[in-house]
Amino acid sequence: MRLELRDIHLPLPEFDLRIDTALEIGCTGLSGPSGAGKTTLLDLIAGLRRAPSARIVCGDRALTDTARNWQVPVHRRRIGYVPQDLALFPHLDVRCNLAFGYRADTAPAALQFDHVAEVLEIASLLDRPVATLSGGQKQRVALGRALLTAPDLLLLDEPLSSLDRPLRERLIPHLRRVRDEFRLPMLFVSHDAEELAALCDEVLTMERGRLREA
Amino acid sequence: MTAESWQIVWFTAWISGLSTLAILPFGLPLAWLLARRDWRGKTLVETLVTLPLVLPPIATGLILLELLGRRGAVGGWAHRNFGWDFVFTWRAVLIALAVMAFPLFVRTARVAFEEIDPRLEQIARTLGATPAGVFLTITLPLAARGILAGMTLAFARALGEFGATIMVAGNIPGRTSTISLAIFQSVQMGEEDRAWPLLAASVVLAFAAVFTGETLLRRSRPRFRKAAR
Repeated sequence: MRLELRDIHLPLPEFDLRIDTALEIGCTGLSGPSGAGKTTLLDLIAGLRRAPSARIVCGDRALTDTARNWQVPVHRRRIGYVPQDLALFPHLDVRCNLAFGYRADTAPAALQFDHVAEVLEIASLLDRPVATLSGGQKQRVALGRALLTAPDLLLLDEPLSSLDRPLRERLIPHLRRVRDEFRLPMLFVSHDAEELAALCDEVLTMERGRLREA
Repeated sequence: MTAESWQIVWFTAWISGLSTLAILPFGLPLAWLLARRDWRGKTLVETLVTLPLVLPPIATGLILLELLGRRGAVGGWAHRNFGWDFVFTWRAVLIALAVMAFPLFVRTARVAFEEIDPRLEQIARTLGATPAGVFLTITLPLAARGILAGMTLAFARALGEFGATIMVAGNIPGRTSTISLAIFQSVQMGEEDRAWPLLAASVVLAFAAVFTGETLLRRSRPRFRKAAR
């Protein structure tokens, strides 16, 4: 899927975020030192943050175009976002977290509730409160919750960074299954080269607000 | 307890409850705006809202009396348009209690809203929820404990209100007399015997309010919800 990031300019405390490029997103990795602006870029794409100048086109949908004063509201962008801290809803159980953005009538066949729960191996956890889940389980619930909204693009912000290495290695196959099974374009932020190599077909690097192809 | 005392207890309980409910439609949005938005005049509004907490209640009562009288800004307007009178009626009691309890509610609810991680609300938006949907499904349930605590405080404050009420509503037996006012009057007139049952009733009411609040808080602690998909 084509993702256009044009004329993006956002002053940040330490540097300016400046991007002007068009990407072909398959399973694309995004690496770079912390504080390089990776999360900020994801927030811009998801519409959680606004830049004085930006044109963001996802596929054939213009999401942001400051020159034309155009902003698609966050809830209509169809961008799935798994943030670094996961942001599971603590007052809801696993089932309600997963179903938060799920519409059974419009979901494509591949992204039906039971199927996604099966693929991520969380079907047995549905009635559990999220506070009782392990790190890896929380991770998969957050991923499933974003998948079930059937997004056009999935943003993953260091989804494995909080986990220890053995757990990471067990989760990578899950992510690979998600990639192959659901064929969603994914933008995957990580600074672990092994992870990126294991999953992504292309890796971009970000440094002090600039994007480079590695 | 005499029929008159029962009437006073009953009146105090329902007018305190009603004033707590009356605070909600104003207090909840205001608490949210104070917690989550920056706007011009925010500090001024914060200060104004807190005033009843720091002013002598009798002074707040005097301000209300000026505003709510037939020649006052609010009272005159309501009298001309709806034929409502406030001063020395149950409406004055209601307003006095609500105004006095308002800051306690707003401050408690505001902290409850501030404690919610804004990231939860943002991610809920990316999952397709409208701003109003996010408020109802994420913000409100997560703030419920604080809101409940604020309501308990407001109700307790209303139960014991004295100064503002006597100023703007007087102490008219059978109409505006609350437990606090009646106890004061009984003692003034040397009729302590009348005061004892009212004292007992106020202890029972206060205990019931705090106990109910605590019970609800405890029950809402594990915030799990089972829902059909």
